[in-house]
Amino acid sequence: MTELRQRAVREPDAPPEDKESESEAKVDGETASDSESRAEPAPPPTSVDDTPEVLNRALSNLSSRWKNWWVRGILSLAMIAFFFIIIYLGPMVLMMIVMCVQIKCFHEIITIGYNVYHSYDLPWFRTLSWYFLLCVNYFFYGETVTDYFFTLVQREEPLRILSKYHRFISFTLYLTGFCMFVLSLVKKHYRLQFYMFGWTHVTLLIVVTQSHLVIHNLFEGMIWFIVPISCVICNDIMAYMFGFFFGRTPLIKLSPKKTWEGFIGGFFATVVFGLLLSYVMSGYRCFVCPVEYNNDTNSFTVDCEPSDLFRLQEYNIPGVIQSVIGWKTVRMYPFQIHSIALSTFASLIGPFGGFFASGFKRAFKIKDFANTIPGHGGIMDRFDCQYLMATFVNVYIASFIRGPNPSKLIQQFLTLRPDQQLHIFNTLKSHLTDKGILTATTEDE
Amino acid sequence: MLELRHRGSCPGPGGAVAPPPREGEAAGGDHETESTSDKETDIDDRYGDLDSRADSDIPEIPPSLDRTPEILKKALSGLSSRWKNWWIRGILTLTMISMFFLIIYMGSFMLMLLVLGIQVKCFHEIITIGYRVYHSYDLPWFRTLSWYFLLCVNYFFYGETVADYFATFVQREEQLQFLIRYHRFISFALYLAGFCMFVLSLVKKHYRLQFYMFAWTHVTLLITVTQSHLVIQNLFEGMIWFLVPISSVICNDITAYLFGFFFGRTPLIKLSPKKTWEGFIGGFFSTVVFGFIAAYVLSKYQYFVCPVEYRSDVNSFVTECEPTELFQLQSYSLPPFLQAVLRQETVSLYPFQIHSIALSTFASLIGPFGGFFASGFKRAFKIKDFANTIPGHGGIMDRFDCQYLMATFVHVYITSFIRGPNPSKVLQQLLVLQPEQQLNIYKTLKTHLIEKGILQPTLKV
Repeated sequence: MTELRQRAVREPDAPPEDKESESEAKVDGETASDSESRAEPAPPPTSVDDTPEVLNRALSNLSSRWKNWWVRGILSLAMIAFFFIIIYLGPMVLMMIVMCVQIKCFHEIITIGYNVYHSYDLPWFRTLSWYFLLCVNYFFYGETVTDYFFTLVQREEPLRILSKYHRFISFTLYLTGFCMFVLSLVKKHYRLQFYMFGWTHVTLLIVVTQSHLVIHNLFEGMIWFIVPISCVICNDIMAYMFGFFFGRTPLIKLSPKKTWEGFIGGFFATVVFGLLLSYVMSGYRCFVCPVEYNNDTNSFTVDCEPSDLFRLQEYNIPGVIQSVIGWKTVRMYPFQIHSIALSTFASLIGPFGGFFASGFKRAFKIKDFANTIPGHGGIMDRFDCQYLMATFVNVYIASFIRGPNPSKLIQQFLTLRPDQQLHIFNTLKSHLTDKGILTATTEDE
Repeated sequence: MLELRHRGSCPGPGGAVAPPPREGEAAGGDHETESTSDKETDIDDRYGDLDSRADSDIPEIPPSLDRTPEILKKALSGLSSRWKNWWIRGILTLTMISMFFLIIYMGSFMLMLLVLGIQVKCFHEIITIGYRVYHSYDLPWFRTLSWYFLLCVNYFFYGETVADYFATFVQREEQLQFLIRYHRFISFALYLAGFCMFVLSLVKKHYRLQFYMFAWTHVTLLITVTQSHLVIQNLFEGMIWFLVPISSVICNDITAYLFGFFFGRTPLIKLSPKKTWEGFIGGFFSTVVFGFIAAYVLSKYQYFVCPVEYRSDVNSFVTECEPTELFQLQSYSLPPFLQAVLRQETVSLYPFQIHSIALSTFASLIGPFGGFFASGFKRAFKIKDFANTIPGHGGIMDRFDCQYLMATFVHVYITSFIRGPNPSKVLQQLLVLQPEQQLNIYKTLKTHLIEKGILQPTLKV
């Protein structure tokens, strides 16, 4: 039972029948100690085989190894097709999907915590975990989304009040949850309750903040959402393929099935894929323009003049590549240069998110986070590499692409006191004059 | 060993039967024998069992050595143990309060350093408890990584907040400009390095322990570092925003203890059996009165009332300004029933005193929940005190546990009700934009200000 069958992303050979492994996962997940093989009396309901009957029957002839490979393959294609459909449906649907994924990931991780600590019977705890999820989401949505809906919010009186006192309201809601937690402490279960409290908060920190960063990125322009996610997915698949065909040297003790060949092959393949994908996508306005909320039509629009980042420019090829390709210059979108940075991060650092999740699964002796997706495990299994990526893209955009949002700054400026406004105005004026941007002539315009 | 002698920070009323500091050491012996017998099995499993066992099976953490200075002990050797401990607590309380006054006198920069020092010590205390709970002294890299994460998060927060206040100073130095502009990216890169180091440091038999310590570190950072930065931000608003809340919490501790001592009868909460409703309510009323008076006294002085600014010419912090309306005496008409009592029609108050009522109310009603949380935490991990830094009182965390919620509340209160966004932050962000954007904004602002009549249109000669 100590053999941990890892269903990590890049396994070349498939684990045996789903059904056997589930029962083992059931027992592994629950007992804290390896050496005891007692069966748990009341297993949590995580391990039912979800593979649809249809698939099961269609593939019943093949051996178990190939059957699993087919199940994984079909589900991968299904997920990718689903992704395309959602992109087609627009930003609003994407936002909702991100929310749902977030909630499901939260649910999966919390369920693992319950299993680990046998804490189903703790009073109030499930209510409190979900309540905290609600509070933190409310806080984040209020902080970020209202900026985009500024005009709408200003119009409606109740929304305006909610927005003005937003932090105070969120804090009060959180405090209520905190006080409920303190009041719910039961004598024999203090440690368990504190563990679950800590577990909930760390989960919130990981899951909710990342999903809001993803939504931020989405609002910058759908290309900032699609390219990073596709790079991570591509890296998964490419590293798996390269490892399958050429894999020889193990990469890290934590995931014994990953190899250096897969890692490096995946890196190059992902960079190339990123370049091609950004070339294709930069041509379309619907991907490139920031998502804006149009007050008149009361919906999201993606219509704008593409910024310099998405206009073809000529680049001189360095001498070494000139001889290879035979061209002097090449026309590229500047965004493609950025996509190289994004793909590099996705291939080099993204896997650390996967290793973290693998270590987590080994630490708590679970095979998968859940069994939501047949052949793949839970939602978290699919999204574990994405977390670092979302933060990186957000930080990248904030640091290198654009600074603070000018319209937001103007809004903040308008809420200041007159003397503060005057002070800032004068400082800005002297700064601009020093830099020579503002001269006597420009001031008259 | 199961009798928990509780030395919570909000001192329980009903008698100062706190044990003398030495007793805790005797409990250490049992703890050792229990752990060594299990060394053969997988270490993860041992701690796995620890999670799911009931509280009573978990061994007690051996507390650290008694640190009461020798002089005090000799001076008080004559008294019985109960009074001796009471005296030690009293003397140390007075010492801490005088240190507090001394540092206030020395100025805001010293206060900032003090807050930082306390934050580091609190972090150290909580992490040490984590190490003891999980016997994880031998984990490779872990202490380094915890301190590294502390450094990263502090760097991030200091860059986000303090840099705004030093905007003029920062504009002068080119390297600092670079650090500020790419601050988030640099902080993220630093954090990521720590994260990757953690992943690479995972050792086969210790996965669970390492993940626990990782989560423990992060939750501790979330609590201690964010709160201390909120405290510093409150401080920059004006020292009164720092002093009045902290004093209200301290006053609530002391008066609730005294009321409970003299009048305490009905227990308040099972978690802290020494707290009583009489102490709670009595503490509430005295704290409101105390806050009211303290606000009145402090509002007179520019030193306390003005936002802290960094002047580049004198290269130091100055607190000089025109006090806002919040700190100018105003007449309020009394409601009729108070008129009859006080025989005055109006009263001169600082508007800040009204706010101080809100702050004191929070400090007395919700602040104790922070104390209950810490008590629950200590019971859960079977420790008597967070540490033994302050003789008679326990660790720094024991003194500051009620303060944490207060700092966040004051910060949220200020941003919601007192002032809007921070002007220096707006300026900071303006200066970072692209020149064309700055020019556009300049023009927009100019039109807006002229419309509002704040700025007179320049006349062409």
